[in-house]
Amino acid sequence: MSGLAGVRFWRETKSRYNLTGNRCGVCGTVFFPPRPVCTRCHRESIGRMEEHKLKGTGEVLTWTFVHEPRPGFEIQVPYILAMVRLDEGPALLAQMVDCGPGEVRIGTRVHSVFRKIGEEGKSGVIYYGYKFVPD
Amino acid sequence: MVVGIVSYGACIPRYRISSEDIARVWGQNPPLIGKQLGVFSKSVPSSDEDVVTLAVEAARTAMRRSPVAGDMVNAVYVGSESHPYAVKPTAGIVAEAIGATPNLTAADFEFACKAGTAAMQSCMGLVGSGMMDYGMAIGADTSQGAPGDALEYSASAGAAAILVGKKNLIATIEHTCSYTTDTPDFWRREGQIYPQHGGRFTGAPAYFKHILACGRDLMKAVSTGPGDYKYAIFHQPNGKFPLRVAEELGFKPEQVRPGLLAPEIGNTYSAAVPLGLAAVLDIAVPGDRIFVTAYGSGAGSDAFDITVVEAINSMDRTGPSAVRSMIERKVMIDYATYAKLRGKITMGGASR
Repeated sequence: MSGLAGVRFWRETKSRYNLTGNRCGVCGTVFFPPRPVCTRCHRESIGRMEEHKLKGTGEVLTWTFVHEPRPGFEIQVPYILAMVRLDEGPALLAQMVDCGPGEVRIGTRVHSVFRKIGEEGKSGVIYYGYKFVPD
Repeated sequence: MVVGIVSYGACIPRYRISSEDIARVWGQNPPLIGKQLGVFSKSVPSSDEDVVTLAVEAARTAMRRSPVAGDMVNAVYVGSESHPYAVKPTAGIVAEAIGATPNLTAADFEFACKAGTAAMQSCMGLVGSGMMDYGMAIGADTSQGAPGDALEYSASAGAAAILVGKKNLIATIEHTCSYTTDTPDFWRREGQIYPQHGGRFTGAPAYFKHILACGRDLMKAVSTGPGDYKYAIFHQPNGKFPLRVAEELGFKPEQVRPGLLAPEIGNTYSAAVPLGLAAVLDIAVPGDRIFVTAYGSGAGSDAFDITVVEAINSMDRTGPSAVRSMIERKVMIDYATYAKLRGKITMGGASR
């Protein structure tokens, strides 16, 4: 059986595995995921966006418990989704793992870890990427 | 040409289950079972952890501690008996995640519990021959034990990565040797979820015969005796075999205990000896000599004679990446949670 579903994820591997975003060569703003054009400098930034690997450190802007999971996440219920502000500036939504209630607060310092994100069933491709744990 | 260890890293999952909890479920004597095996708790991977994620975390720590950039790593070899894919290399995913792709060679190794040390030897050969500058050898497992089987008390999870090179060394590897036979002590057939084993046959003709022969060969080759080593690390399928085999070789318990992690985290299979080595490197000082003998069922042993050098003092070996910190940063879970995390509960149409 063929399966092209993994290809869609594969295109984003660089960002998902290594938190690779980009940085505007004009104003220095860092973006994640990478953007083709800086939202501040617009056309001035065309051709001046540089690849930028983020450190994976930051703090929790806000978070929530998920009790109604997406398909594939049933076994992890309840799990924590957090909006994380990375030290370089961008904010992203990610799962918090290896922690429970009381271990995550607004302002909690976190760092990224490499975890399994999902899979195309038991015989399909496995997706890996970033999640976060408290420091 | 001197070949050695440039850097290393470890990863141990946060969850633990006690041997007493497992014994209670299967009608065994809870206080007795831990003492019999010398294993009192074991690490349990979370539902989003597997050999790939553990290997990546260990390799990233090794890279962070070293002056070597990802694209300078010319080989990534991952030894495991629980690779997530039967066909599609773990090593390629790890290489991508540490920024080593695309100009490198990568492959997955399997030799029961000694696949990680087999990967170390391959990297030594490639570096020593001058074919490459740096090779990453990783031992990682999320090992399988059938519910109720003796293996269930020990089969655990972890990973350790050893960056092998000839420059920027924190320890030199003076010598390595192996001892390999065809011995049916433990196996898992293609497509089977759980392994089978020969019970007591896994002892004298398997673990002890191979480690004793290989360990003696190593000491003979480098003209050393047990007293020449500060530390001795052996494969640790339980907490008792390593101490017994050490005694037979003439080592004292105090040489073995710093690298003996099985009582607290169980048998991490391919990661067992690399993790023991990582724990010892965390506390070693320049001049310390380390005796290492791995064992893999089927069966074979790999032995290494390692000497720590001055540069280890400039490596950051403290904080959350230290093996002792990972062992102590634990959350105990009950058998029901363990069964859920390890996929032993059949979900109604939902995938893990």
